[in-house]
Amino acid sequence: MNAVLEATALGKRYRRRWALSDCTVAIPEGKVVGLVGPNGAGKTTLLHLAVGLVAPTSGMVKVLGGRPGQNAEQLARVGFVAQDTPTYAALTVADHLRLGAWLNSRWDSGAAEQRIQQIGLDGNQRVRSLSGGQRAQLALTLAIAKRPELLILDEPVASLDPLARREFLQSLSEVVNEQGVSVILSSNLVADLERVCDYVVVLVASRVRVAGSIGELLSMHHRVTGPRRGPGSLPVGSQVIEECHTDGQSTFLMRGADLVVWPEWNVEKINLEDIVLAYMGQSDADTSSTPRSEMK
Amino acid sequence: MIRFVWRQFRVQSVAALGTLFLVAVVALATGPHLAHLYDTNVATCVAHGDCLSATSAFLHNDSTIRTWLGLLIIVFPGIIGVFWGAPLVAKELEAGTHRLVWTQSVTRTRWLATKLGVIGLASIIVAGLLSLIVTWLASPLDRASANIFGTFDERNIVPIGYAAFAFVLGVTASVIVRRTVPAMASTLVAFVAVRLSFDRLVRPHLVSRVLHELALTPASVGFGSANGGPFTLMPNTPNISNSWIYSTQILNKANHALSSHFVAITCPRLIAGVQSGGPTTGSSQVSRVQVPSGTQKAFQDCVAKVGGIFHEVVTYQPGNHYWLLQWYEMTTYILVTLILAGLCFWWVRRRLS
Repeated sequence: MNAVLEATALGKRYRRRWALSDCTVAIPEGKVVGLVGPNGAGKTTLLHLAVGLVAPTSGMVKVLGGRPGQNAEQLARVGFVAQDTPTYAALTVADHLRLGAWLNSRWDSGAAEQRIQQIGLDGNQRVRSLSGGQRAQLALTLAIAKRPELLILDEPVASLDPLARREFLQSLSEVVNEQGVSVILSSNLVADLERVCDYVVVLVASRVRVAGSIGELLSMHHRVTGPRRGPGSLPVGSQVIEECHTDGQSTFLMRGADLVVWPEWNVEKINLEDIVLAYMGQSDADTSSTPRSEMK
Repeated sequence: MIRFVWRQFRVQSVAALGTLFLVAVVALATGPHLAHLYDTNVATCVAHGDCLSATSAFLHNDSTIRTWLGLLIIVFPGIIGVFWGAPLVAKELEAGTHRLVWTQSVTRTRWLATKLGVIGLASIIVAGLLSLIVTWLASPLDRASANIFGTFDERNIVPIGYAAFAFVLGVTASVIVRRTVPAMASTLVAFVAVRLSFDRLVRPHLVSRVLHELALTPASVGFGSANGGPFTLMPNTPNISNSWIYSTQILNKANHALSSHFVAITCPRLIAGVQSGGPTTGSSQVSRVQVPSGTQKAFQDCVAKVGGIFHEVVTYQPGNHYWLLQWYEMTTYILVTLILAGLCFWWVRRRLS
């Protein structure tokens, strides 16, 4: 697997607080990767490290094989849409396109103007008068027109209304199809990720809880319901992500390629959101115990 | 990158050009008339034989404009530091736009270098032009008042050093404080503090001073007491054209200052005469007294006697040191500016990441 982003024991400390610590993750090339996790998991910090906005306190991160932000060439290879899609409120839409042309050697002005027309933005409009959705589209245009090899978006739709969110993700999918660019997209909303991503990384407290293509995740995870029993009595080769017991019944969210279960048990498929939430809900003790069941 | 800096700098540059334009209009409206007055009244005063009244009459012309423009030259660098320097990085950090601009295909080192270069150069040019106009406009008045050190920091090249320094000081505050308004406030405080302490502590030592010895004469000394203490002889500040006088002292060969005790022993008749002459005038700490006419002879005798051992020493900066001091002061400010700029680069690369 060729990685567009490769972090090894990566850590970032702000004064005394570690925003990210000992994070090891590899994100594959040529995919639209969703980075999901609760607030404070270190998603934004990881993405800021990947675009060179901040420097690591410890460990190492490589993006497209280079050190992030080390020179203009490296900066040109990565497009970034930051959280809340920052733009210059006092400048016009056309000013922003000029900004892009002045500050990027590989700028594609034709594509930029075409996209602005498609979105229906007026070049003379000041950015402070744009809606959140329009601003996000402008920020996406800037990031795309610099012709990056990797596009990184930090919760680009978090502050948008559902319609604007759908439109934004729609245009993101179009761009991915047209340009074949790799994308890393962070979000809290699994439903959004499901719409555009084909690979998901769940990050909780700087640790990767699970990573894999969406198809793989869906086929590997099942909800198993049956008469009450403890996890120790479950079949070998599977792993319990989440369990829930009532008086007479036990429910397990299980991971395993081919589950062998007892006939009286009911096995059903589950959706991505449930899988992600189950991993996010795992306590640290659970994660440290999971490798044991795999070794058996 | 340069075009981008100009685009963001549009409002500020218009404000600067407006100020320059206004000052130029004032200068063109009053300058030629002032120069003409100088040529007809002051330059020919030797021929008329009354330079003193001609000069003081001339100095009343446009004195308000001279004061206000001088003030503008002093304040302008502070304005540059507060409004051009302090928001430079802090505004980006506050609005989050640093995440936009620092992820384009320009390293932030180059971004900062271009910002510092373009706006720093603009500060230097505007401050230099303002100073040039005001120096030209006020030159007849400055020549007539013969006190070039009195307007030292409002004329010629030092305002350029102040402006460059203030701008980079503002940027330094900007990257360290990271918030616009606190950065503006700390820029102002730091700039005023540096200017004042430089005036008091550094400028007097930039160029070696000159000592001038004078014999004591009844004309060069007065009589009085300091802080209500005993009476003694006090030197009058001599009138040396265009000079900056640090001190005037009465010293003997061994450089010891004249004590009131010595005066009391040497001139008992004078002391007795003055004390019977009534209370001293003036409420300031140093009060000089008019020597009563009856004791004029005693005063002259006293000065002669003391003058046999003591002499007057004037420590000062002569007018021909003016340009040396201007260059030294400007260069010092520019050097500090360069050091601060280095700190800004280091901070933006290391501490803001």
